[in-house]
Amino acid sequence: MINRIVRLIWLGISAALIALPLHAEEQYFGIPSSRVGPYSAMGTGYYGGIIDYLTYVNLKGGVNGVKLTWSECETEYNAARTVECYQRLLNKGNQKMVVFDTLGTPGAYAVIGRMAQDQVVLAQYGYGRTDAADGTVWPWVFNAAGHYWGQIGVKLAFMAQKEGGIPKMRGKKIVHLHIDTAYGREPLPAMRQFAKDWGFTLIEIAIAPPGLEQQSQWLQIRQERPDWVTFWGAGSGMNSTAITTAARVGFPREKMIYVTFGGAEEDMLPAGDAAKGTYVSANAVPGDFPLIADIRKVVYGAGKGNMQNKERVGTVYYNRGVGAAIMWIEALKNAQAIHNKKGKAVTGPEFRDGYEALDMSEAKLKELGVLGMLAPFKLSCAKHDGAEKWRMMQWDGKKFQLVSDWVNPPNQALIRSMIEESAAKYAKENNLTPRSCPPSS
Amino acid sequence: MNVQFFIEVLVGGLLSGVMYALVALGFVLIYKASGVFNFAQGAMVFFAVLSFVGFMELGLPFWAALPVTVVLMVATGMLTERFVLRPLVSQSEDTLLMATIGLAFVIEGMAQLVWGVDVRRLDLGIRDEPIGWFMDSTGILVSQLDITAGVVAGLMVAILALIFSRTKVGRGLRAVADDHAAALSVGIPLKHIWGLVWATAGIVALVAGMLWGARSGVQFALIGIALKALPVLIIGGFTSVPGVIVAGLIVGAAEKLTEVYFGPMVGGGIEGWLPYVLAVFFLLIRPEGLFGEKIIRRV
Repeated sequence: MINRIVRLIWLGISAALIALPLHAEEQYFGIPSSRVGPYSAMGTGYYGGIIDYLTYVNLKGGVNGVKLTWSECETEYNAARTVECYQRLLNKGNQKMVVFDTLGTPGAYAVIGRMAQDQVVLAQYGYGRTDAADGTVWPWVFNAAGHYWGQIGVKLAFMAQKEGGIPKMRGKKIVHLHIDTAYGREPLPAMRQFAKDWGFTLIEIAIAPPGLEQQSQWLQIRQERPDWVTFWGAGSGMNSTAITTAARVGFPREKMIYVTFGGAEEDMLPAGDAAKGTYVSANAVPGDFPLIADIRKVVYGAGKGNMQNKERVGTVYYNRGVGAAIMWIEALKNAQAIHNKKGKAVTGPEFRDGYEALDMSEAKLKELGVLGMLAPFKLSCAKHDGAEKWRMMQWDGKKFQLVSDWVNPPNQALIRSMIEESAAKYAKENNLTPRSCPPSS
Repeated sequence: MNVQFFIEVLVGGLLSGVMYALVALGFVLIYKASGVFNFAQGAMVFFAVLSFVGFMELGLPFWAALPVTVVLMVATGMLTERFVLRPLVSQSEDTLLMATIGLAFVIEGMAQLVWGVDVRRLDLGIRDEPIGWFMDSTGILVSQLDITAGVVAGLMVAILALIFSRTKVGRGLRAVADDHAAALSVGIPLKHIWGLVWATAGIVALVAGMLWGARSGVQFALIGIALKALPVLIIGGFTSVPGVIVAGLIVGAAEKLTEVYFGPMVGGGIEGWLPYVLAVFFLLIRPEGLFGEKIIRRV
């Protein structure tokens, strides 16, 4: 009798062990969110969009049956805490993170070195180190939604269009008003080159963070009487203050163009009527696109939405987050296909291959329900900057109106050569041997 | 040099200085009563104005939301006295400072937990654009909000200076600031004094928060303006109400003039650190500040 019971127990344990691999595979993501502090408006929208899309994919059955799991860590948009969160999120049980998105240049610069050693993809979604667009030197870093050099090119082209053509830019005066950090100065190499080529005067004015007082900068601008101001701020405090101070010195908002990370509803609304007319460049535009509407239905309908304020679903930061998460999931699908791991979790190097194989054609974007929200693009081994396209928007006092289609920066060959030159310099300084990529890429 | 532009920058700096002084006033109140630098003052500014806007979002009209927020800030002050300060009576100043650091985190977290992290707009109905006729006649940019801030700061300083110098409560405050234990031994009701002063600091925080919120939106970044108040306090003196106004004007004018005239030579961003350099300079030559009480200790 006892032997029979023991045998039954053994049978039960064996059956349970055999059944274990039948459990759904899981792919783990580490999310360094910034939900509190001065950058919370950006963090809650962006990471809310990411988490909602991951939830949406899970509710639809996962990625070929692979369930997505994630852990969050609060960085407060602080570079030191981003490093701490990176280390904390890197491993979870026997799973390892495959992609990390810091949502900011300071954080990206802080972890960029160690991520190559850990073989984790740094997905800079329209921010960060620009020369990382050269995949031969930076195999683990991507700028899928473009970079700041391309973005400033699009803005200058927009100004030229308004002025009546590039030749009319000669003799014009442009102020680059920026937060006094590496992020604020990131577009300057490209701007200086354009100033030289097009013959306009570039005036660089810095704002010390947090930038709630900008009277002296705007008085300088008033005295200089520039034709345009490009604003490169961070945090809705600095961003909305720039608008209200521009109004105080009587500078027309129709002559101000905001950076992607200062150009969201949360940056415009606090400034009230003063914000009306402000231009913004966008790599993900707001709106209720088919996918966003479906997320609202599927995720929020099931009571699993991440946004505390549901009205922010479909706004600039939210849609940008969804766009970033789409890249993760499409890269995961690619990685499973390339490495014959359909229905299985992938490793960092496999994910990297999948990310590098991203081909977001218009047909693909339409299939996903985001045609018009994101720009089509294709990555390759050497070319890690994806879309290189932006849309210009203008704040009408209540919401953004699209005022252009997806536009490439002018003289892309020049920007590419600057990227390759900067990346080569970095490789030389750091004793790196650039990898070789197929000529077609 | 363009004299008109110089005057414009100077006036702009003085008006900014008034806004710094409004925040610094709250610090002075607490310091006068407890001899401690209240690290939580920036968080109180944020909490006060966020609550005010939050009550309006719940449907209260402006004139109802204002007294409700005042009551909330008075209650916050009283609760702070009861649960944070009272247990620490007669402890060292360092202990009290650490308590206010902890309090700052509690208030910041609580504000965001209760009201959320969304950025809000605050429309006081006061225009923050140049007054046309004034600009036309003088060429100087001054907005209604600038003038309002100046008037409010002046009124608050006058009222607080009167309270401190002419009332029994004011004398009690000064006694408590000198020595908690000695003040208690002569029958000064420490808990009432502290409760009152924290409640008043809460109201001052609300006023400062409303003016800053009207200009920059109601958001977490408002906490950062407390950092601007620190050099103002050092220069004006931690115990002087009129001192913070004078120091605010000095800091505001100095940082704006330096940024405009010397900023371009060094790549800008001077006004972020200049007030601290000024503060260090004053610490070296006059540690008690321009109007602070001279500290004399027996060896």
